[in-house]
Amino acid sequence: MASASENITQSTSPSLSRLKPLIGIKVEVTGQPESSGCETTGGEGKASCGTSDGPEDMSPEVWEKVKNHPCYSEEAHHHYARMHVAVAPACNIQCNYCNRKYDCSNESRPGVVSQKLTPEQAVKKVIAVASEIPQMTVLGIAGPGDALASPQKTFETFRMLQEQAPDIKLCLSTNGLMLPEYVDEICKYNIDHVTITINMIDAEVGEKIYPWIFYNHKRYYGREAAQILTDRQMQGLEMLTARGVLTKVNSVLIPGVNDKHLYEVNRAVKSRGAFLHNIMPLISEAEHGTVYGLTGQRGPSAQELKDVQDACMGGANLMRHCRQCRADAVGLLGEDRSDEFTLDQIEQMDVVYDLEKRRAYQEGVEAERQAQQSAKHDALATVTADADDSMKVMVAVATTGGGKVNEHFGHATEFQIYEITSSSTTFVGHRRVDLYCQGGFGEDEQLPSIVNAINDCHAVLVAKIGACPRDELLAAGIEPVDAYAHEFIEKAALTWFADYRARVAKGEITHVARGDAAIRQGAFMAA
Amino acid sequence: MAYKIVGSQCTGCSACEPECPNVAIFEKNGVFYIKPEKCTECLGHFDEAQCVAACPVDNTCIIDTAYPRYQAA
Repeated sequence: MASASENITQSTSPSLSRLKPLIGIKVEVTGQPESSGCETTGGEGKASCGTSDGPEDMSPEVWEKVKNHPCYSEEAHHHYARMHVAVAPACNIQCNYCNRKYDCSNESRPGVVSQKLTPEQAVKKVIAVASEIPQMTVLGIAGPGDALASPQKTFETFRMLQEQAPDIKLCLSTNGLMLPEYVDEICKYNIDHVTITINMIDAEVGEKIYPWIFYNHKRYYGREAAQILTDRQMQGLEMLTARGVLTKVNSVLIPGVNDKHLYEVNRAVKSRGAFLHNIMPLISEAEHGTVYGLTGQRGPSAQELKDVQDACMGGANLMRHCRQCRADAVGLLGEDRSDEFTLDQIEQMDVVYDLEKRRAYQEGVEAERQAQQSAKHDALATVTADADDSMKVMVAVATTGGGKVNEHFGHATEFQIYEITSSSTTFVGHRRVDLYCQGGFGEDEQLPSIVNAINDCHAVLVAKIGACPRDELLAAGIEPVDAYAHEFIEKAALTWFADYRARVAKGEITHVARGDAAIRQGAFMAA
Repeated sequence: MAYKIVGSQCTGCSACEPECPNVAIFEKNGVFYIKPEKCTECLGHFDEAQCVAACPVDNTCIIDTAYPRYQAA
């Protein structure tokens, strides 16, 4: 590896520098000439050298489409909000991780039922929310069943929204079974993002995930069902790509079922034009009443999830900031304001849809976002990298957004996890936790679960932390760090790590490897 | 006989409603029902009863023994 310097490798074109925030967000401090920057570790899913499958960096046109989409741009999700409307309750396949009595359990609040809406009610809700939350730029239909198993309801909602709120981007999520049938409709309503859940490309794997599908007036079971499903998914993906519709692929990581296989899925969907691949952990608990919950199929640990995501780097761009939100979620990712917009409440709202006001607000958001980007860039320019070494650790960060270490430990409902080397920081994902500092009761019981959630980290960077959790974190081997409060995350992480390595070198502390961490399973209620 | 929907098990997902070739299925208070006089058990239309095949909850669309088997004309 080339010797490191103080240079910060940014995208070659200034206009593309904002490409950085997408997934991975790796900030390199390295003097390695770009022409030889071929190592896969430098690519966080978008290796600059590409693979035999072709170029992978996002084109400016694609970036233009996704930059304000919270689900596709890790950085945008701090600034823009999305909402889902539950107009499509029916589904046409059965997944072993799903119990249709509830919403899909692979989301933030398994076991909770979304409030079903008619297309008219949904449109009213969208207009009310968009007026109240001007940074709401994206409307998705993601169920609670399959958006294309109730095509009339889905497309009727899109049609009305296109008329009444033309500035809102529309997207939908589907299992892909009926996708080839509806590609024309999708294009007709200017839907520019589609998500397909693809858990396998091999029916032998698929039969362990899907007991049956309902297709062409007939139920198919086992391997035959899985074969039809995968054929239709691939066909639909190819058709969307041919029509220029951006397609993201979601995969649920099911240990022992498709963990090894997801690498092949990643390559297959990339070759068919998927621009983003989101690998999510299975959420499985007996009380959800799913087949997997009842048979004891476990979800992956944090390390297992990261291993699969890392193995898939260099293929389709990986997304790591997914919060597995609900089919009726409202707000920024990781926060759910759906309780403020129930049917009864929106009935009473006096709503005026003011396009001009929304546009002005969003211009303000954009200016603030640009300022943050350049401030971060300036801050990082002052960080110097030491001689190259192979030490690599993970840190947890408490943040309220803005790319800074600015959340109190006790107020954090989730931690951002970064992997750091002497010269780079890579965003790994989020770990959700219950509020430690809730006031009242149960505080002491919360702490062990937080420690479990970030147990693979050497440090937790916070704006502030109380004496009691500080001691307990130290006892667990996790260093609480509040010295970098309100600094940019990458700068704080790199500076802390330089200090950490200095202390190790001086013999003040001993560097020991951390263990694995647990991915939160139960219902997340703190949103 | 006609099919009926076990109300306590119906999730109200509506998967069955558009599949019925006889438009015999309707919703009331979030749960779906089959009008027995319209149900033909899908005879003459499909090999299997569409409500049964589409329903995500096993044993929720079942034969209603209170009615005689449907006889195709």
